[in-house]
Amino acid sequence: MSLLEISDLHASVAGQPVLRGITLAVEAGEVHAIMGPNGSGKSTLAHVLAGRPGYEVTAGQVRFDGQPLLSLAPEERARAGLFLGFQYPVEIPGVNNAYLLRAALNAQRRQRGLPEIDAFDFLKLVKQRMQTMQIDESFLSRGVNEGFSGGEKKRNEILQMLVLEPKLALLDETDSGLDIDALKVVARGVNTLRSPERAIVLVTHYQRLLDHIVPDRVHVLARGRILRSGDRELALELERRGYDWILEQAAA
Amino acid sequence: MSANTQIDALVDRSYQHGFVTDIESDTLPPGLDEDVVRAISARKREPQFLLDFRLRALAHWRKQKEPHWAQLHYPPIDYNAISYYSAPVVRNDAPKSLDEVDPKLLATYAKLGVPLHERARLAGVAVDAVFDSVSVATTFKERLAKAGVIFCPFSEAVQNHPALVERYLGSVVPYTDNFYATLNSAVFTDGSFVYIPPGVRCPMELSTYFRINAAKTGQFERTLIVADAGSHVSYLEGCTAPMRDENQLHAAVVELVALDDAEIKYSTVQNWYPGDAEGRGGIYNFVTKRGECRGRNSRISWTQVETGSAITWKYPSCVLRGENSVGKFYSVALANNHQQADTGTKMIHIGANSRSTIVSKGISAGHGQNAYRGLVKILPSATGARNFTQCDSLLMGSECGAHTFPYIETRNPSATVEHEASTSRISEEQLFYCLQRGLDAEDAVNMIVSGFCREVFKELPMEFAVEAQNLLAVSLEGAVG
Repeated sequence: MSLLEISDLHASVAGQPVLRGITLAVEAGEVHAIMGPNGSGKSTLAHVLAGRPGYEVTAGQVRFDGQPLLSLAPEERARAGLFLGFQYPVEIPGVNNAYLLRAALNAQRRQRGLPEIDAFDFLKLVKQRMQTMQIDESFLSRGVNEGFSGGEKKRNEILQMLVLEPKLALLDETDSGLDIDALKVVARGVNTLRSPERAIVLVTHYQRLLDHIVPDRVHVLARGRILRSGDRELALELERRGYDWILEQAAA
Repeated sequence: MSANTQIDALVDRSYQHGFVTDIESDTLPPGLDEDVVRAISARKREPQFLLDFRLRALAHWRKQKEPHWAQLHYPPIDYNAISYYSAPVVRNDAPKSLDEVDPKLLATYAKLGVPLHERARLAGVAVDAVFDSVSVATTFKERLAKAGVIFCPFSEAVQNHPALVERYLGSVVPYTDNFYATLNSAVFTDGSFVYIPPGVRCPMELSTYFRINAAKTGQFERTLIVADAGSHVSYLEGCTAPMRDENQLHAAVVELVALDDAEIKYSTVQNWYPGDAEGRGGIYNFVTKRGECRGRNSRISWTQVETGSAITWKYPSCVLRGENSVGKFYSVALANNHQQADTGTKMIHIGANSRSTIVSKGISAGHGQNAYRGLVKILPSATGARNFTQCDSLLMGSECGAHTFPYIETRNPSATVEHEASTSRISEEQLFYCLQRGLDAEDAVNMIVSGFCREVFKELPMEFAVEAQNLLAVSLEGAVG
């Protein structure tokens, strides 16, 4: 049984069909990359899986960790171990990062029948993860993403992921807007999470992220469908040849 | 479910402090005339100057018309249907200690989470508890007395410190000030009196829990705080009221006087019954609060968290008379269901280099209507005066409203006046972001709202800040799901 099983998933946004029959299985321990041209439905897929309001599933099924996923509320999906790293993390003025992160961690721990983490242990945990992500300690008392640069926001997403330790991380264009040094830091953070019981799905435009986080499987998503799947060679080929040849083959 | 439906749902929550304590009351029949005023004054064995003050106020009030310029809508108030005096019947006069206080009353405080003897001592807070119109318990008198601080029920101050009362009463809010202040001046029953002698830093936070109880009894508190030269005091006021059907009028007056180099911090958490989800019942709160920075380098700050009342009409203000004096106003006002709040401040700059800061956070939910009304007035004498105003509104749901009425009058060209305003909604993105991290929607909204109010909460004494945050959560809870 796969950790994530998507069967013939169709979804619409504002009445417009965006996903037109996605079938995909992700095993525990794997890293998958979903690539594709702009507007192909990559981000929509990530948001549908996370349960974002306004994204309507019109057909198909998803099972996560053996359970039906689509009937769960977004917070239930999160507590079941599904994490979405946002492409554009939102600012929440006045709420400090440490507060949100601790509340999130405790909400998830309660769900799993674990006691709440005390302030001291939490601080120890988060500081250690911050080191991995090269984030300054002053960050803890700053407002959530408030006044963060694009790169800081992305690092914060990965930091949150490392603290919450999800079973499945969906990372939506986590590499966009990062310079090469920041990209390496982010990649190191993601690689830290790799383990036999977890899976990571990277949504990305560019091959360069995959130099640092080497995927087991690569999928090309276009026009709402997965048109081609392969191993990491596929990503390199896409970099050389672009997407048109796949679109043409699919149309033929 | 869309974010909006979730937020709308959040807004249902019934009042937790709804109950009426059954204590025998000595209540005057409804109506207002000279006899009533004389009766109140006689029952309180007041000196002549105070009776004269009341009678002048009554005569003036009769010539006044109820003001209707605020952004508030409510049925006419029948001032003759109100009883202007209600005192719990006390055995053997006033209780000498908590042991003598009616156990039911103590139970009331316990229900409100105000265990007078335990928590007050632990927290180092002196509590002058006003129950209806007569103060029934006062603690920590001795420690305060040692410092020379006078903190007592207003009626007691009238007996024991008549000269101070006569000197300062009505000196900030004259009896002619406005309709409600004039009414209060005629019929006020009790309240708190504070005097901090020169150079004294009050050794503890002074705290009063007000509570409206007897049915159909308007509440007319009078509070007077005088900080003499070089002194410092922090005063906390918290309110809850029992649930009932009729509207209750509340028209308090608070006067603050800060002399040279003195500082007064006045914090309020107000949680009166706001009415039911359709807007029935609930307290009408028409309050006049004003502080005068009378001396050089004096400072007054108002911090308020307003979550209750059906109608709130309240503009805690500062008259900055002293050179280099500083006035501050930090406010969170929540209007939920059918609550209406018209609140803000006035900063009147008279002294040279006087400075003022206004931070107003309005939250509107349900059908709530929230108005900020502020006046910054710089008089010709106020050379170098500065004001900074920040006015933010947060809307939750689509049926509520936020209104901002800033008035600025500058009559000195050297003055600097800044005004910033924003209106936002709790965005679907913010909510979804928190949900995606595993928070439930209720916690997420509370967190976002608390963040919005943070600049104000950090001005509150710590214990109060926690209470305020809880209160806000309670007032918005019930909804998401």
